[in-house]
Amino acid sequence: MLLLTYLWIIPLLPLLGAAINGILGRRWKKSVVSTVALSSTTLAFLAAVELVREFMALPADEIPWTRSYFPWISAGGFHADFALQVDQLTVIMLLVVTGVGWLIHIYSTGYMHDDPGYRRFFSYLNLFMFFMLLLVLAANYLLMFVGWEGVGLCSYLLIGFFYLKQSATNAGNKAFWVNRIGDFGFILGVLLILRTFGALDFATVLPRAAAMPAEPVGQSGVLTTIAVLLFVGAAGKSAQLPLYVWLPDAMEGPTPVSALIHAATMVTAGVYMVARSHAIFLNAPFAMQIVAYVGCITALFAATIGLVQTDIKKVLAYSTVSQLGYMFLACGVGAFSAGVFHLMTHAFFKGLLFLAAGSVIHAMGGEQDMRKMGGLRKKIPWTFWTMLMATLAIAGTPGFSGFFSKDEILLATQRANTPLWILGVLTAGLTSFYMFRLLFLTFFGPQQFDEHYVHVHESPRSMVIPLVVLAILAVGGGWMAAPLLWGKANYFAEYLSPVFTATQEAPAAAAESSGGSALLEALLGAPVIAGLAGFFLAWWCYIRSPQTPKKIAASFGAFYRLLVGKYFIDELYAAAIVRPLVWISDHVLWHVVDERVIDGTVNGVARVSRETGDRLRYASTGNIRTYAAWILIGVVAFTSLLLWMVG
Amino acid sequence: MVPTSYYLLLSAVLFGLGVVAFVFKRNIITIFMSIELMLNAVNLAFVAFSRALGQLQGQVFVFFVIVVAAAEAAVGLAIIIVIARNRGTLDVERVDSLKH
Repeated sequence: MLLLTYLWIIPLLPLLGAAINGILGRRWKKSVVSTVALSSTTLAFLAAVELVREFMALPADEIPWTRSYFPWISAGGFHADFALQVDQLTVIMLLVVTGVGWLIHIYSTGYMHDDPGYRRFFSYLNLFMFFMLLLVLAANYLLMFVGWEGVGLCSYLLIGFFYLKQSATNAGNKAFWVNRIGDFGFILGVLLILRTFGALDFATVLPRAAAMPAEPVGQSGVLTTIAVLLFVGAAGKSAQLPLYVWLPDAMEGPTPVSALIHAATMVTAGVYMVARSHAIFLNAPFAMQIVAYVGCITALFAATIGLVQTDIKKVLAYSTVSQLGYMFLACGVGAFSAGVFHLMTHAFFKGLLFLAAGSVIHAMGGEQDMRKMGGLRKKIPWTFWTMLMATLAIAGTPGFSGFFSKDEILLATQRANTPLWILGVLTAGLTSFYMFRLLFLTFFGPQQFDEHYVHVHESPRSMVIPLVVLAILAVGGGWMAAPLLWGKANYFAEYLSPVFTATQEAPAAAAESSGGSALLEALLGAPVIAGLAGFFLAWWCYIRSPQTPKKIAASFGAFYRLLVGKYFIDELYAAAIVRPLVWISDHVLWHVVDERVIDGTVNGVARVSRETGDRLRYASTGNIRTYAAWILIGVVAFTSLLLWMVG
Repeated sequence: MVPTSYYLLLSAVLFGLGVVAFVFKRNIITIFMSIELMLNAVNLAFVAFSRALGQLQGQVFVFFVIVVAAAEAAVGLAIIIVIARNRGTLDVERVDSLKH
């Protein structure tokens, strides 16, 4: 019961690591810094495991387990405590965040070994872990928002980690600004929750939201507004249309950061938040539709951009946006547990993909362009084999983790909305294509670099071991859902079902999977076939006849240019939003409002008092007798006035 | 018994003399003495009213004024001595360094 009583220990450990390294570590050796950083995350992971063990022993009626530590804000009728909460959803998130975070910390000790910002890197990374744990453990929306903003801050700091590089600082700023838009939506949603329910803690808000009547499409009310506002926040943090533009640029950060923050954990915070607020969303079908459509279109949209990227990390970035789209699609069709399941498997295989890509970049001495790689399979076998596992997983190969989670999402979508299902299956094919394209360009075919200049070498053990562990998880992590194959409810959904059914009569995912297994196999077929088609197309284009991509690009010239230009969304935003904003700031806010109105007022006040003083100073002669005369005149005048008023 | 108005008249005359001396004299010590004169003119008025109205407050006020005047004399004379030492003059017209 130790950790259940003192839940705050878990987020405190990485905070201590960040503080010790950040404040005291200035002159420490790298080995000491990494010992501090690693032990804080290792302890956090062990604490999380111990917490889960204690949690398992809790009777069902004590879940969700909430502990309030001190009153944080108390104003009038409004109270927000520093309160933490554990339920099954938190358990999943805790294990993913601390587990994957721990592996990535180990990897980073190897990857960042020669970087002069070693200490800064680890204190930021530990600080990120603290805020992420606060986000998933929070028992109310306000505390969740603290974690939410904190991870955004750490994301900004780590994207701009190489601060001498202009593109990196620009990318950091872009991420911060785009997230401001989303966070604005989130905080408006939170305020509306407060106004509607008079409280912010999940234990009060969610049952009340569930008890309110559902708002049919076309008759949107307060729940729909709350849900849409929350989703705006989620779309910012989880890089959905139209706010996804920061995530591809975020690849300027070090690769372990891309793996931890921009693939495995922080960007999934939006999915977690939507799943946490499921009671609100379920009673707002219109908002659910928005979530489903935005998710599905984002998935397809980002996958098409991923087809033509040449930077290995950019492919993975667009792939992340696309996979997050899948998670929102799942939430939008009511299959919250499927969304969270994909969140977990995605954390394994996408974290692994990024770490393996980092290992490739490490081996190539910093090169990220896939066209300049090729033939690396024999030279860095560990990286190749682990990356192959991750690719098979994300492509949805039967038996690998991505297969179970993605197919569960598509299964739920098939039941809810056929057009979205078709788009989802299409995306599965595209996913398979761009991932095998990445694999073939990098590891197969002729070498495209000069070995005299590039000394290809396998990464150190500290980087390989996390790869292997994550590969095992990427392969096996999906078997919790295996009973789905013979028509039973999968373990994962069953485990999460108390969270999603406590406030609502049996929603989509959990109960429905008891359908006939024949039907199930037929449904599972389409995504698998799409995946195979993607694989063969990639094989044909990049192994069998490497001339094909050029021919295709030539015959679909306009479309190809559109994809290479990433649909020119950045240019569109620049023309429609950024440049008008800059113009207004420059011509109106700066030269008129600031220079004329504000400066004018300040200078005007100063001038008036100076000129008044100029005139009045003649009255101050410095002669005591003159002053005395003035006093006398004043007294006489005042007394006369008094007498006149009385008389 | 002398009527109250006589006392008040005397008080007003003394006060007026004090004011005139304060404004027109140049020597700091004379100015200082004129302040004392005004204070005592007011004291006289207080005592006269106190007696005419049969109340003690006026006399109590006089004691306060005497105490304040004593304190003021101590501080003021100290300042005058310092001015005289530093400047070698007691003419207020020439104690005007704040002006420049």
